[in-house]
Amino acid sequence: MNGYGGSILRVDLNSGTISRQPTPAALARDFVGGRGFGLYFLTREVPVHADPLGSENKLIISSGPLSGMLIPGGGKCDWTTKSPLTGGYADASMGGHFTAEMKYAGVDSIILEGISPKPVYLFIDDRKVELRDATSLWGKGAIDVEVSLKKQYGEEYQIAAIGPGGENQVLYACINHDYGRQAGRGGVGAVMGSKLLKAIVVHGTQSIPVADLDAYRQAGMALYKACKDSDGLKDWTRYGTTIVVSWCDEVGALPTRNFSAGSFEGGKTLYGPVMREQIVVTDKGCFGCPCPCGKYSRMKRYGTQVEGPEYETIGMLGSNLGISDIQDVAQANLLCDDLGIDSISTGGCIAWAIECYEKGLLSKTDVDGLDLRFGNAEAVFAAIKLIATRQGKLGVLLSEGVKRAAQKVGNGSEKFAIQIKGMEQSAYATHNATAMLVSYMTCDVGAHHNRAWAITYDLQVGRDRVAPDKVARVIWLQNFRPMFDVLGACRLQWVELGIDRDLYMPALEAITGIRRSWEDLEKVGERIWNLARLYWQREIEDFGRDWDLPAPRFYEDPPTTGVTAGQITRFEDVQRLLDMYYEQRGWDANGAPTAETLERLNLTVVPN
Amino acid sequence: MRLYVDQTKCSGCHACQVACSLNLFGVTNPKMSALVIEPRFPAPGVYELKVCTQCGDCAAVCPTEAIKLNERGAYYVDFDECNLCEACVTECSEGVMFVRTELANAAWKCDLCGDCVPVCGTGVLWVAEKEQAPV
Repeated sequence: MNGYGGSILRVDLNSGTISRQPTPAALARDFVGGRGFGLYFLTREVPVHADPLGSENKLIISSGPLSGMLIPGGGKCDWTTKSPLTGGYADASMGGHFTAEMKYAGVDSIILEGISPKPVYLFIDDRKVELRDATSLWGKGAIDVEVSLKKQYGEEYQIAAIGPGGENQVLYACINHDYGRQAGRGGVGAVMGSKLLKAIVVHGTQSIPVADLDAYRQAGMALYKACKDSDGLKDWTRYGTTIVVSWCDEVGALPTRNFSAGSFEGGKTLYGPVMREQIVVTDKGCFGCPCPCGKYSRMKRYGTQVEGPEYETIGMLGSNLGISDIQDVAQANLLCDDLGIDSISTGGCIAWAIECYEKGLLSKTDVDGLDLRFGNAEAVFAAIKLIATRQGKLGVLLSEGVKRAAQKVGNGSEKFAIQIKGMEQSAYATHNATAMLVSYMTCDVGAHHNRAWAITYDLQVGRDRVAPDKVARVIWLQNFRPMFDVLGACRLQWVELGIDRDLYMPALEAITGIRRSWEDLEKVGERIWNLARLYWQREIEDFGRDWDLPAPRFYEDPPTTGVTAGQITRFEDVQRLLDMYYEQRGWDANGAPTAETLERLNLTVVPN
Repeated sequence: MRLYVDQTKCSGCHACQVACSLNLFGVTNPKMSALVIEPRFPAPGVYELKVCTQCGDCAAVCPTEAIKLNERGAYYVDFDECNLCEACVTECSEGVMFVRTELANAAWKCDLCGDCVPVCGTGVLWVAEKEQAPV
């Protein structure tokens, strides 16, 4: 099939049975690829109320039609599963080179089922697919595993691996690839660990068929030209996502000391230019990327190196923990990567624990004797190790995520547990940015930013406005932006370089032979968004409006410092925003898609 | 004319290799390209890049005279005349002569098409008479 690897690879870890089926053309037509494929298989195949860490759950890894092609940033890989962190839909996007290699091995999706009786890794080399013994790799850090498997098989082989965090089923464990790219959110690494699958090795030598070679080459070249002609290319490539640290600090969006403020007095030493000068050694790109945001850094003080830190990690392991030294942040980043836990959730959990400790809600014994205060990097390093290994009282408490931890500790600590649907909020403080707040509230995996990065819109049109256009903007972004995860390409060439999104359509048509428009793809995106909502409803008995509410900090606990001092979005306005959102989505007052909406989207039955 | 590189700018994205495989074989397959990217991670954390210098040593040792000069003054492999003896591979000091019989029935090398240059966003590659910074 033009533009696709051509097969769905199914691996039953219970029995060791491996099978391949051709990728159905109807699946490609209706769900396109990537995140669409993942949600389709999750909905169809994982039984209702399956234990996320049990044998019935599946981990689905998908590429898209733009992955591995002559397309800027065609290196996005989608990981979908039932989340052990939230109990709902988990969908994590990973950069690097894994997704391209899957396609060169002829694979569009890998469906991992069951639980292996012993530690194994999956080895894919074109048509040859085997489960191999991973006893000697079990217990190792994700970076060590990658070094070891690359040494054994060679640089052409791409590796995705879990660290001890995944083995120990920390509920926000991640999957690591290419020494610094992650499928980070929702606990995909815990699911992989629960299956006793330590790593996946993939290598492919096949060419990807296309419908119209000349048109594809022209369209691909036109996309690269647009990127290279962009005024934003130089600065974006120099700083990557760290370009926004200073902006966030200035506008009050930089999470500071557990989101108690949006500006950090120590923020300046975390800004992109400071990091570039002090620690960055190499720009590191994902597959096919002309504007590599990956910054590979060396921390002289620690004698270590890491890919990163990128913006989210600087926010969550830097300012949100009161840490202002970029080498300390980078070292915490390295620990999270190698131990295999999501740096965003980790930062959120530790920040909450520090606040609890400072408020006397956790005792010295509860925090295993650590000097757990904002700004103490050594205590943060120790806490990260405790979490990933699930050791100590603190490690056990935080390894299940901030929502469960706050339920255990109680005493009002739920109010400053910065999460939605059980997922720790990523690094945008939303005290007074209504569109970004709605974006987090309604995100389909929990409090994650990347579906609708609406904060620039807030700043453009008035951050505290509560109006239908804010919600409309969020909905449009939610339908459109995740389509990049469906297509298997990065969105940042469009977001950051500002290239014309219509340039992708001739390329997609030349590759697949099927003419599509963004309007058409946004409809696919809307359908996927609603299907994800149905998944939450299906899995969680009392799922509804309350699950869309933000942490109370954003409506009743205004910052006392920084540019957003004194500012919140009032609770009645939070509710008004939800009303507007549900109405515009065609959902009822409890946030369930109405019968008319399901009819319109052809979702009255589970898609076949 | 030849291809020059500033490997300190390489981010290891492989776009050059995709463009190369499209030129040489009309396929999307970076394993069938004439540039070599060698990542050195986790330490020291750099990419090493190897490209053809058009020195002509491969042509000199080719027993079937399959390696010829094209209109750009670059050596290329006439696929029909290659007998896969690998003499060129052994001779190439840069490691940029390729024989992979599972992928192609002839040796291949850089023919200086230049398609790798416009897809490189970080300005690693340029074509010039002598080594000098690209304009």
